[in-house]
Amino acid sequence: MNVTTETLSALSGGMLIGLAASLLILLLGRVAGISGIVSFLWQRKKGDIAWRVAFISGMLAAPMVYAWFTVPPKVEVQASWPVVLLAGVLVGWGTRYGAGCTSGHGVCGLARLSLRSLVAVAAFMGAGFITVALIRHGVGL
Amino acid sequence: MKTVLAFIVGLIFGIGLLISGMANPAKVLNFLDLFGSWNPSLIFVMIGAISVSSIGFFWAQKKGETLWHTPLYLPQRRDIDRPLIIGSVVFGIGWGLAGFCPGPALVAVGMGVEKAWAFVAAMLLGMAWFERKNS
Repeated sequence: MNVTTETLSALSGGMLIGLAASLLILLLGRVAGISGIVSFLWQRKKGDIAWRVAFISGMLAAPMVYAWFTVPPKVEVQASWPVVLLAGVLVGWGTRYGAGCTSGHGVCGLARLSLRSLVAVAAFMGAGFITVALIRHGVGL
Repeated sequence: MKTVLAFIVGLIFGIGLLISGMANPAKVLNFLDLFGSWNPSLIFVMIGAISVSSIGFFWAQKKGETLWHTPLYLPQRRDIDRPLIIGSVVFGIGWGLAGFCPGPALVAVGMGVEKAWAFVAAMLLGMAWFERKNS
C-alpha cells in the first residue's frame, strides 16, 4: 500500500470513527469511550447495560461485515504472550484510573475541547512513544 | 430501537477502526516508534475522527440533549489531577507494549485473534482490580 492510499484509508477510517462518535452522542447521548463502555461489566448499575452490550457486539461483528465487502486487514501482534497479558492489565487499570482511552479522551474529549482530555492524550501518547522507544531501541524485551 | 442503533453505531466504529489500519497493533506500534520505522498514519486517523466528532459534539452540546430530547451523559469533570495523569501514563505504557487499546482489541477479538482475547481478558481483570480498589 503506498503512502497516498494509506493516508486516505487512515483519514476515511478516522472519519467513520468520528461519525460513530457523533451518532452515539446525538442519538444515545453517550460518549464513545470504549474503556468506559466496556468497564460497565464491573459496575453495579442496572438498566444501563443493553446499549453497551449492543455497541460492543457491533464492534465485534465489524470484521465479519467488513469481510462481506473486502479482504480484512492483517492483524499482527508482535508482543509475546506474557507482554500481551501485562499490557492488558495496564490498559485496563490505566484507562479506569485515568478516566478514558484513545476514543474517550482522544476522539471525544478533544472534540469537546476538554483540557482534561488534552492532558490525558499528551500523557498516554508520551508514555506510548517512550515505551516503544525503550523496547525497540533501548532495552531488548 | 435504541439497542439496534447502538449495535449499528458500534459496527460503524469497528469498520472505521478496520479501514483506518488501527486494528493492527503492528501499525500502531510503528506510529509510536518515533526513532525507528515511524509511520504517521495515526495522526490522520485522529484528524479524520476529530474533524467529524467535533461536529456531532458541538451540535449535541448546543442542543443540550439528543436528537429525540433525551439526556446527554457527558463527563462533568474539568480538573486535572494526579489520577488522570498517572492513569493515562499507565495506559500509554500498556498501549506501547502490545499496540492494543480497548477498541482495536475488541475488533481483533471479533477476528478471532487469540492474543486479542488474552489482552481483553487481562484488560477486564485490570478494570476489575480498579473497581475493587475504588468503590
